[in-house]
Amino acid sequence: MRNSKVVSLEEAIRRSGLQNGQTISFHHHFRGGDKVVNMVVDKLAQMGFKDLKLAASSLSDVHAPLVEHIKNGVITGISTSGLRGALADAISHGLMEEPVVFRSHGGRGSAIANGELKIDVAFLGACSSDELGNATGHGANSICGSLGYALPDARYASHVVVLTDDLVAYPNMPQSISAADVESVVVVDSVGDSTKIAAGAIRDSKNPRDILLAKQAAKVIINSGYFQDGFSIQTGTGGASLAAVKYIREEMINRGIKASFALGGITAHMVKLHQEGLIGTLIDVQSFDKVAAESIAVDPAHREVSAVEYASGQHLGSATHALDIVILSALEVDTDFNVNVLVGSDGIIRGAIGGHQDTAADSALSIIVCPLLRGRIPCVVPHVTTLITPGPSVDVVVTEYGIAVNPGRPEIAQRLKEAGLKVVPITELAAKASSIIGKPDPLPFGDKVVGVVMNRDGSVLDKIYNIQ
Amino acid sequence: MKNATAGTLESGDILINIGPGEGLQVNLQSSVAAQFGRQIKAVITDTLEGLGIKDACVEAIDKGALDCTIRARVTAAAVRATGKDVWKD
Amino acid sequence: MMFVPGNNPGMMADAHIYGPDSIMLDLEDSVTMAEKDAARLLVHNALKTIDYGKTEMVVRINPLNTPYGKKDVEAVVKAGVDVIRMPKTETADEVRELEAEILKVETEIGRVGETRIMAAIESALGIVNAYAIATASPRMMGIALGAEDYSANLKTNRTPGGAELLLAREQIVVAARAAGICCFDTVYSNLDDMETFRKEVELIKTLGFDGKSIINPRQIEVVNEVFTPTEKEINKARAVVAAIKEAQAKGSGVIAVNGKMVDRPVVLRAERTIALAVAAGVISEEEAL
Repeated sequence: MRNSKVVSLEEAIRRSGLQNGQTISFHHHFRGGDKVVNMVVDKLAQMGFKDLKLAASSLSDVHAPLVEHIKNGVITGISTSGLRGALADAISHGLMEEPVVFRSHGGRGSAIANGELKIDVAFLGACSSDELGNATGHGANSICGSLGYALPDARYASHVVVLTDDLVAYPNMPQSISAADVESVVVVDSVGDSTKIAAGAIRDSKNPRDILLAKQAAKVIINSGYFQDGFSIQTGTGGASLAAVKYIREEMINRGIKASFALGGITAHMVKLHQEGLIGTLIDVQSFDKVAAESIAVDPAHREVSAVEYASGQHLGSATHALDIVILSALEVDTDFNVNVLVGSDGIIRGAIGGHQDTAADSALSIIVCPLLRGRIPCVVPHVTTLITPGPSVDVVVTEYGIAVNPGRPEIAQRLKEAGLKVVPITELAAKASSIIGKPDPLPFGDKVVGVVMNRDGSVLDKIYNIQ
Repeated sequence: MKNATAGTLESGDILINIGPGEGLQVNLQSSVAAQFGRQIKAVITDTLEGLGIKDACVEAIDKGALDCTIRARVTAAAVRATGKDVWKD
Repeated sequence: MMFVPGNNPGMMADAHIYGPDSIMLDLEDSVTMAEKDAARLLVHNALKTIDYGKTEMVVRINPLNTPYGKKDVEAVVKAGVDVIRMPKTETADEVRELEAEILKVETEIGRVGETRIMAAIESALGIVNAYAIATASPRMMGIALGAEDYSANLKTNRTPGGAELLLAREQIVVAARAAGICCFDTVYSNLDDMETFRKEVELIKTLGFDGKSIINPRQIEVVNEVFTPTEKEINKARAVVAAIKEAQAKGSGVIAVNGKMVDRPVVLRAERTIALAVAAGVISEEEAL
C-alpha cells in the first residue's frame, strides 16, 4: 500500500524521536494478558534508553519485569491508576526514587487533555489495525472490545505507535483509534494472551456472603429514591456487585422500570439487561468480558467512550455527571466515609483507583459494598491507610453487619429505615470489627514517599510511604 | 512431649505444630503479621501457659484466624502432644 | 436451623449474619474421627467468644455410647450452649441418660437447668417411640427428623416427593404437639434445586412443622418466604387478636370478628401467625401488641 506506516518496532521508536527523560504511555485493555508493555520496554532498554517516564492507564501482575528496568535506570518514573503483584510489592518497599503518581481514570483523562500529563510517545496495542493505523479492539487473535482508556493517548500524545498482531486490509472501520492520530504501525507476533484479555462471562458468585451483600445493596438501590424509570447505573465486577445486578433486574421487571444507560466497565450481565430492553444504552469505556467485547462491535446502542468522555471531572459533558447510582467496592472505609481501594492493610499497594473517585464524586448516589471483615482484616476502620475517595462523595456503606449512611444524606437514611433495612452508625460497624478481631498494631511505614495519590482536580490527596 | 499438629490451612484457620523445646518459642507466618503478629503470639503463649506448658516449640501458619480459633487449635495440638486431655474421661 | 460443620472456623465465625433462627454446630457426621477432639475445642471456644446475637445456638454431639459423647457434653455445657442436639435417639432412656450427663456438668459449673435438649429421630424404633422421647425430660425443647439414616433404616431411598417420610413426619409433628414442644424437619441437600426444596418446605409447613433444617445460607430465604405469613393473613390475625382484647376489656367470653363468633382454634392460629410475622421481621414486636 502507498503511504503504509508499517515498520519494525525499533524503526518506529527511532522515527518517534524519543529522547531520554521523555514520557511513554500504554493502556491496560489487555488486562492480565498484556504483552505490549514488557515488549516495548525491553526493546527500549536494548536500544539504550534511560530515565523514561512510564504513563500507563493501569499496571498489573504481568508487569513484574518492569522491576528490572527500574533497577537498571531505564524507567525512572511511573504514573498509573493501579499496581499489583511483584512490581507493586517492590515499589511499596521503596524501589523507586521518584514516587509513583496515581490518578483515577477520569483524572488521567483530564491530565492528558489539559497538558498536565504530557505524553511524548504512546505505544498502543490493538487487536487489529490497517497499514495506516485505523485500529480496533477486535481481531483474529484476540478481542478486548472498547479501547476507551487508549483514546486520550491517541488524541493528545505527540507521537502514536500502534502495535497489532492482526494487520488487516484498509479500511479497518469503524475504528476506535483513527489513522489520523497514528504515526507508525508495528506488526508483532502477539499483543497478548487472548484467554486473559477477554475471559468468558464471570460466573455468578455462590459465595453466601457475596449474595447477602448483593441483596442488601439491591435493597438499598430499590429504596433509595433513585430507582425510577429512566435511572442510570454503574457497577463493578466484584461478586457482590454482579449479583446485585440480578436482584435489581428482577425488581425492574416487577415494577416495569427501565434504565436509560449503564456506564463504565461493561459486563455480560449488563449486556443481558440491555438485550432484554431493560437498559437503553451501554456506555463502555472498558469491555470486561468476551460477551461485552462482542456486543460493542455489533450493537449500535452499545457505545465506546474515551476516559475523558467517561469520567473527567474537568469536562462537564463526561458521562459520570449524568450518572444516578454507582456500586463500588473498597479495601477500607473509615468512620468519616473515606475510602481506600489502593493500599492493603499490610501497607502494600494492591489495587487501582479506577473510576472510584470519579463516579463517587459525580453520581447522585454512591454505594460502597464491602464485607466488614476479610479473614482478620477489617474493612471498616477508624482511619483509612490511604485516602483515595474522600468521604463527602460516599453516601452509603453496605456490610453484612449493617448499612451505614453518610450523615450528610439524612433523607436516604430515612428512606432505608422506612424500608426496614438495618441502618447503623458507621462507628458501630468499626466498633463491631474491632470487637471481633482486636486492635491492630500500626503499620511499620518508613519516611520515603513511594506514591502520590492525585485528586481529580490535579491536587495531591494523599502520600503513600514505604513499608519496612 | 512429642510432635503434634492441629488446624488447617483454610481461610479463617491456623495450623499449629508443637514439639519439645526450651522455654516457649513461637514462629509465626501470617499475612496479617504486621498488624496482629504480636496479638497472635500472645494468644498462643497465654494458651500454653494456661495448660501448664512452659517448654515448647511452636510453628504457626495463620490464615486469618480469630483469637478463639487460635486458642482452640493450640489447645488441640498441646493435648495431642502431651496426651493429657482438658476434658474428663 | 442452619447446620455448620464443627471443624470449620471460617464458617463458624459469621454463620449468624445470614439470619437463621438457630445455628447447629456439628460435632457428629461432618467431623472425622481423627478431628473429633479439635472440633470439640473449636466449638467450645467459638461458643464462649463469638457474639451470635439473638441466634439460638445448638450443638449436635456424638452419641453417648461413643468415646466422644460425654466429652462433647462437658465442652458445650461449659461454654453455655442453649440446646444440645442428641443424634440417633431411639428411646426415652437415652434422653434421660443425656439429661444426667448435662446435670453433672451444670452442677459442677453452677448453671443448673439452663441447657435444653433436642432429640433427632433417625430410625424406625425412634419414630415408634416419638412421644415417649418427646416427653422424656422437662429439658426437651423439640424433636427433629433425620431422614438419611431413617430412610436407610426403612430399607428405602429418599425421593423428591418424600413419600417414604410421610409417616415419620406426621408422627413427629403429632408427638411434638402432644408433648407441647417444637418439631423440625430434616435437611435437603441439593443446593442447586431450589424448586424441589421450596416444595418440600411448603409440604412440611402444611404438615405442621415449626421449622426446617438447612445446610447453606442460600436456603434461608426460601424457608422464610414460605413460613412468613402474607399481608392478608397478618391483617386477618390482627383483627382476631384485636377482638380478643376487646372481649377481654368488656369481660365477655364471646369473641366476634365482623359479627361472626370466633372459636378458640382460630384465636390460637391468629396468635401463631402474629408470632411468625414478628419472627420473620415483617412486623415489629410493638406492632404485634
